[in-house]
Amino acid sequence: MEIILAILVGVQYTAGVYMLLRRSILKFIIGIIFMSNATNLLVFLSAGITSGSPAFLGESAERTDELADPLPQALVLTAVVIGLGILVFILALKFKFFSVTGTDDLDQLKSTEE
Amino acid sequence: MNAVALPILIPLALMVLLIVIRSALLSRWTGVLGSMLMLVIAIYLFSHVNEYGILILQVGEWAAPFGITLVIDRLSSLMLLVTALLLLSISIYAIRFIGDKKEAPVFYIFFFSLAMGINGAFITGDVFNLYVWFEVMLLSSFVLISMGSTREQLKGGIKYVGLNLIGSLFFLAGIGLLYGKTGTLNMAHLAKILQYDEQSILMNSSAMLFFIAFGIKAAIFPLYFWLPASYHTPNITITSLFAGLLTKVGVYALIRFFTLFFVQDQVFWHNLLLVVAGLTMVIGGIAASTYYETRRILSYHIISQIGYMVMGLGIYTPLALAGAIYFIMHNMVAKTNAFLVSGLINRFMGSYRLKEVGGLYRQSPLLALLFIIPAFALAGVPPLSGFFAKFILIKAGIEASRFGITAVALITGLLTLYSMIKIWNEAFLKKLPENQEKDSPVVRIRFLDVLPSLILGLVTILMGVFAAPVFRYTMEAANGLLDPFIYIESVLNGIQP
Repeated sequence: MEIILAILVGVQYTAGVYMLLRRSILKFIIGIIFMSNATNLLVFLSAGITSGSPAFLGESAERTDELADPLPQALVLTAVVIGLGILVFILALKFKFFSVTGTDDLDQLKSTEE
Repeated sequence: MNAVALPILIPLALMVLLIVIRSALLSRWTGVLGSMLMLVIAIYLFSHVNEYGILILQVGEWAAPFGITLVIDRLSSLMLLVTALLLLSISIYAIRFIGDKKEAPVFYIFFFSLAMGINGAFITGDVFNLYVWFEVMLLSSFVLISMGSTREQLKGGIKYVGLNLIGSLFFLAGIGLLYGKTGTLNMAHLAKILQYDEQSILMNSSAMLFFIAFGIKAAIFPLYFWLPASYHTPNITITSLFAGLLTKVGVYALIRFFTLFFVQDQVFWHNLLLVVAGLTMVIGGIAASTYYETRRILSYHIISQIGYMVMGLGIYTPLALAGAIYFIMHNMVAKTNAFLVSGLINRFMGSYRLKEVGGLYRQSPLLALLFIIPAFALAGVPPLSGFFAKFILIKAGIEASRFGITAVALITGLLTLYSMIKIWNEAFLKKLPENQEKDSPVVRIRFLDVLPSLILGLVTILMGVFAAPVFRYTMEAANGLLDPFIYIESVLNGIQP
């Protein structure tokens, strides 16, 4: 299972980098979404996958060796929520940008550098 | 209950309060008084740490490696103090420079959420918690940088947001790998585990991810492109706020990580840090000398100065780290002040372009004085703070036989001096260009406009005059960083890994 997820992480990073290098701002944002998902999966995978075990057993539990590590799950939940908030902001920014400048082309951004 | 969480809780409370307050006048008062309160807290924490040592708070009573730990050691308390000072002066500056009645309340809300993120990043003792504070800080800065929604601001905003988001992804990926290898994210616990790590090279993949993430935030050499692309677009108040604080959080995180637990493969990392530091200094300095617009010159100049801080970390002796900490403090104050004065020049002359301004020395000697303090401090003229900061770093470089980087640092000092003299000559000494209309209404500069610059200028002078006590304190902070035994033991409280 881990190997499949690891490959998925790789594929998502590849797709993300490819999209980041496109000229359209919307595609750039899609690239960030891909990379953000890949990173979340990476964090989730970091403790290994334990199938079918609960993350919490309560205080009376005696065996702790079959416990799934709860920490990466908590981390991923936090990261997903933060990622969602940022995604909403950047989409709103993109919309505002489009309505002010009427362009979706990253090459048009050059002029602030002059 | 101790006061450790207050630098986070007070801005949070002020933020909530400001959301309710709609009036511009009230929100300005709240902003200034709230910043004063934060300064008082920072002074209290600073003196407490100075007297009794490290302050710890285990959030929610969860013992160390399991819960989130907040730690204030000497470095953190110093950063909190300087941050609070900058926040106060900028909250005063914003009264006159965020003129729009609708924008003022919004500005102060995100001003305090930025403050919360920065303070949180300085005092947390947990890697993932640091990520969360970075995100708080970034989201507020995203809003601030695109506030106003003009064409230029949105262009700068998109670049800023995009490149910083990529930095956050590196950070998160680094956390994932680090947790996979060590099974903990508490900094003190990590330090304890990695102290005796024998396969040191294994940690390099995580360390490199963190290095890139913090490098993007700190704007070091190959990763700085977002900074000059966006810092000149927003309101000058916001630029000053960012210039003094944001990049330094990245440098702080680098120092914390590479002194506390990424200490395995030292030869590789210190050489890398020194090469990056040298390139950052030179390229920032050269780029700054090619522009004729105050905000752009100062923006590139931020990058150049980041190089000195990284140089202190790369040399890695107590003296060098003390120099780096001194330099960070000096730079935060002087750089913010330089931006504030460039805002004043713009108010007086109506332009940031050096070709369009001139003759300010005759018109306003006060403004000239206000400019010359941070400019000379940045250039390293004695007896101002910058001279001692550079002197310590260069002395440390010579003592550690790192002659290459020391030479680069000295040459960059000349480039800095050149940039500052350029602003001085063009804006203050040169006559006003002929084609500029002379009967333009002269803007009266009020006391409130110059008060923040006066405060920061005074601090710069004091840091130079009282260099010995400041240096002694930074030296203690540096010793605390290089010998993290007390830090680890206070956090873990005797728990074995």
